[in-house]
Amino acid sequence: MTRKIQLRYFASVREALGTGGEPLSTGADTLAQLRDELIARGGAYAQALARGRAVRMALDQEMSGEDAVLREGCEVAFFPPVTGG
Amino acid sequence: MPEAIPRVVIQTQNFDLQAEIAALRGQDARVGAVCSFIGTVRDRNDGSVVEAMELEHYPGMTEKAIEAMIDEAHRRFDILGARVIHRVGPLAVADQIMMVAVTSTHRGESFQACEFLMDYLKTQAPFWKKERTPEGARWVDARVADDAALARWGIAASNA
Repeated sequence: MTRKIQLRYFASVREALGTGGEPLSTGADTLAQLRDELIARGGAYAQALARGRAVRMALDQEMSGEDAVLREGCEVAFFPPVTGG
Repeated sequence: MPEAIPRVVIQTQNFDLQAEIAALRGQDARVGAVCSFIGTVRDRNDGSVVEAMELEHYPGMTEKAIEAMIDEAHRRFDILGARVIHRVGPLAVADQIMMVAVTSTHRGESFQACEFLMDYLKTQAPFWKKERTPEGARWVDARVADDAALARWGIAASNA
């Protein structure tokens, strides 16, 4: 099943990818599968989202783990560890 | 009850702690303690001189995340009110970055809630700091110590 989702990138991830986000049609069911799909693009995506790199994710604006399940129309964000305060 | 003021504000401009505390207290005569914290821009970090800072956030998620933290603080501590103001955009050395203020009847609850909110915000609110140093601009690294600080409250964090 294919879902239309919205991707958002922040901070160092946004800079590395050269964009703040993009719409995407994906066959991924989970955040882990989505991350793998983006890594498979190669280049900056493979580097910025590489396994072993500290990348945090949010699904519909809530911090989420890799097993979180995507929904039609959902918003997924990738970003580095947060440093506010 | 205090007047309905926003509990969470993200803004570029500076803030006045005294005025914000007055708004938080309102006319609530039950308040016997106010505890606040202000984070400011240091001139050094990780062995380097810091010349300036730029703060980025995730609009929408930031507000939701901090609102949820304040809800959790109300569940855990006997507090009367809490607010968080956090700046984004360009900041200079010594500028105020953010504040948290909590009111309660007795001091213990607001002291605790203030620290709890800071520990939570440090690892769970989507803000990112970028420093300008003589060696160039760099994104600030998250600290493992901040995860440990949140763990004290029984909340597992894996930010850093």
